[in-house]
Amino acid sequence: MDYALNTGEQLQEMLRTIGVASFDELISTVPAELHARRLEIPDGLSEAEVIALGEGLASANRSLAQMTSFLGAGAYHHLIPTVVDALAARGEWLTPYTPYQAEASQGTLQAIYEFQTMICELMQMEVANASLYDGASSVAEAAVLALRATERPRLLISEAVHPHAREVAATYLSGAAAVIQEIPTVDGVTDVEALKKALGQDVAGVIMQQPNVFGCLEPMAQASEAAHRAGGLFIASVYPVSLGILQPPGAYGADIAVAEGRCLGSPVAYGGPGLGLFTTTQALVRRIPGRLAGCSVDQAGRRGYTLTLQTREQHIRREKATSNICTNEGWLALRATIFLSLLGPQGMKELAALNLEKAHYLHQRLRELSWIRPAFDQPFFNEFTVEYEDGIKVDAVNRALARAGMVGGFPLKNWYPARPQASLWCATERISKTQIDALIEALKGVR
Amino acid sequence: MMVNEPVIFERSVAGRRGYRLPPSDVPARAPSAWLPEEHLRAIPPHLPEVAEFDAVRHYTRLSQLNFSVDTHFYPLGSCTMKYNPKLNERIAALPGLAFVHPLQPEEQVQGTLRLLHELEQLLCAVTGMEAFTLQPAAGAQGELTGLKIIAAYHRRKRRHRSVILIPDSAHGTNPASAALSGFSVVQIKSGPDGLIDLNELKRKLTDDVAALMLTNPNTLGLFEREIKTIARLLHERDALVYMDGANMNALLGVARPGDMGVDLLQLNLHKTFSTPHGGGGPGAGPVGVTKALEEFLPLPRVITRGKRFVWKQEGRASIGRVHGFYGNVGVLVRAYAYIRTLGREGLTRVSEVAIVNANYLKVKLKDVFPVAYNAFCMHEFVVTLKALRAQGVTAWDVAKRLLDHGFYAPTVYFPLIVDEALMIEPTETESKETLDAFALALLTIAQEVKTNPDYVHQAPHRMPVGRIDEVKAAREPNLRWTPSRQFVNA
Repeated sequence: MDYALNTGEQLQEMLRTIGVASFDELISTVPAELHARRLEIPDGLSEAEVIALGEGLASANRSLAQMTSFLGAGAYHHLIPTVVDALAARGEWLTPYTPYQAEASQGTLQAIYEFQTMICELMQMEVANASLYDGASSVAEAAVLALRATERPRLLISEAVHPHAREVAATYLSGAAAVIQEIPTVDGVTDVEALKKALGQDVAGVIMQQPNVFGCLEPMAQASEAAHRAGGLFIASVYPVSLGILQPPGAYGADIAVAEGRCLGSPVAYGGPGLGLFTTTQALVRRIPGRLAGCSVDQAGRRGYTLTLQTREQHIRREKATSNICTNEGWLALRATIFLSLLGPQGMKELAALNLEKAHYLHQRLRELSWIRPAFDQPFFNEFTVEYEDGIKVDAVNRALARAGMVGGFPLKNWYPARPQASLWCATERISKTQIDALIEALKGVR
Repeated sequence: MMVNEPVIFERSVAGRRGYRLPPSDVPARAPSAWLPEEHLRAIPPHLPEVAEFDAVRHYTRLSQLNFSVDTHFYPLGSCTMKYNPKLNERIAALPGLAFVHPLQPEEQVQGTLRLLHELEQLLCAVTGMEAFTLQPAAGAQGELTGLKIIAAYHRRKRRHRSVILIPDSAHGTNPASAALSGFSVVQIKSGPDGLIDLNELKRKLTDDVAALMLTNPNTLGLFEREIKTIARLLHERDALVYMDGANMNALLGVARPGDMGVDLLQLNLHKTFSTPHGGGGPGAGPVGVTKALEEFLPLPRVITRGKRFVWKQEGRASIGRVHGFYGNVGVLVRAYAYIRTLGREGLTRVSEVAIVNANYLKVKLKDVFPVAYNAFCMHEFVVTLKALRAQGVTAWDVAKRLLDHGFYAPTVYFPLIVDEALMIEPTETESKETLDAFALALLTIAQEVKTNPDYVHQAPHRMPVGRIDEVKAAREPNLRWTPSRQFVNA
């Protein structure tokens, strides 16, 4: 099955119009020695066969539709209102491209303008772009921006920033004349004293995450103030769902605030596509990476929207651009926009409260088990770290839980080898009390 | 005529709700009972307060202000705006594929891992490359990944190479990606035939060159017929050939980059492999390499161990990670469904029909809209509208007037080496009838330029808004709505 429209007869007629006898004549610019051999690709399939194939692969997974999952660690399984799927599936949203022709793309442009506004409101920041690839590349782009804006060479990044974001930033900056220095943690949060010692006149910025990778709430205000005192930028990576309750980055003086925004109305989808949220201050607007939609007027003075400040961008500035980014994650940004409009201020607050409550109930119940203790004494949002008694292996516990249809906490030893007994547990609004109670019963049987 | 839709914030009515969350079933306390005051948000976010049906009507109406592939011919050159099969959406939405967590143990996600592994094999077969990473989230991130691999390759050989050669016809992301990777860019001027000028290449090919980045077919839609010689020249200096695979829609079953001497390339699955562009993403930009470069690919990599699929996390030579997890898996699933649906014969037909469509349209237009370089084109071609300048009409004006005729505009003013350029890519999923109608529209506009150039210059006339004042947008940036920006039509 293919999706080409023209029939063999039409193609022959078109070849005659072109003035060639055959298709081979048309591709005579491709040297004969390069002509492809038969593609080593299986034969095509009918729709029913592809559905069977897809369902076969899907059933070889044990998805979160079948299992109770307590995994977070950078990807969170949240409710998605039916309306988000229904609206986003419209071809007018799904199948246009970047709105280069503003007059034929007012829907996409206005949606981006609304998105930028909502993200600014959520983050309490002055400017948001039309989105980047994911949270990790937003951290990397923030690092690049800080280095360029301050013309300083050193970046400080907390070891409690998600390791994947730190790795992506390191990849982006490899080869550049920048130094990335990690700041250690004490009792699960960034060591502010160590941070202050590391700060200096050559520091471009400080990168921290709230809540951090262990689930703990960081002293963002103190760190931000310290960064500013040294003349550096403060960069916050946050969790959008938490901002219904938690202090937004604008309130503690972040110069750049980024996030993984997939949690706002898009499925976890094995970690991608993500939605990179990127916000900053008015002072840095002309250095922001990625697309921006702006409101303007048409010739008749009517309100209209267009991509703007494009002289920052690669198609005009080429090697002098602020970033190489071309596309944003428009479709996920649309989903987030619809999601945030449905939830509204009250819904976001209630959503965050539900997460807070479920996670604290989970925390309380886990502590009832004699072999589990909290790893840190810190406030947390919907995720926290516990440690198992020596001799009890995190992976073995998770294998036992999997047999009972549950996905246990993430083994942090994969990222922090010095913490072999640590496990990162998360409970979102999708988790019920019954599921938590069943988990505790299952864990009682583990030992 | 569609009336403009207010900003959703202007639809807000205090107290309206659009979604009801489940009630709490665990002991609830005030957030301040669990969290210190310093962490609590003082002012709730100023989001709109609308009912579900407000949102449905608003975002439905907004969608109707868009041209899209589903609704309009969208001949945007080098973007391959082909039909996005509905079947792909159905497969990607299967709960067993959409709702898997990236950190679930490998034994719980064998279906997804198998799909990713098979997709890598399929892309190898299509391109003749020997290994792929699926991590890059878009073409530009694929380029960045490729450039990091190039840097790692030369670092491994313990030498410093600082220059990337890039033809002047290249897409802007190429030089931007090179600069972001710490390289300096040296531009190669195109020859009189629109192709890479071998003498110019030889002149600029010093021992400081790390790689050549080229697009094939190039952005004029022309196949670089000297590609093997070009690759040999680079390889003689142990420099690499990077191919921007944005135009791969011309090459399926026609020729394989791996056979041309290309060392690495990125594919744009949202172009060649039919995944929807979503108003600007998500895309996917997998990078394919030769055996010699495989060790530099980003980690983790999906491999087989016995009958199981697992993630390989270690590799000393790897450039590291470029994505938060494994890439845009939801997009990869769609591309996989597409390749399996079309199969060998279907993929071959894609490029065949795409090339015939492009050449046919080029011939239909040639008397009035001459191409910049005359040769059989591949999947797209570039015409120059400089003749219209006498009437004070630009390519931009013609693009706007096309919207009035119900066609999205081709890519305008690109590539930069063509004066008043329109870059037209019809793709294989448009019919002869549509191409005829599009040609007629362009020829009608050309007539109108003679009789009423001002009218063309003022276009569009039949869209929801007239031409947007882009200068004002850039001089007085209004990037977010505030209550004071409640709009009153003048």
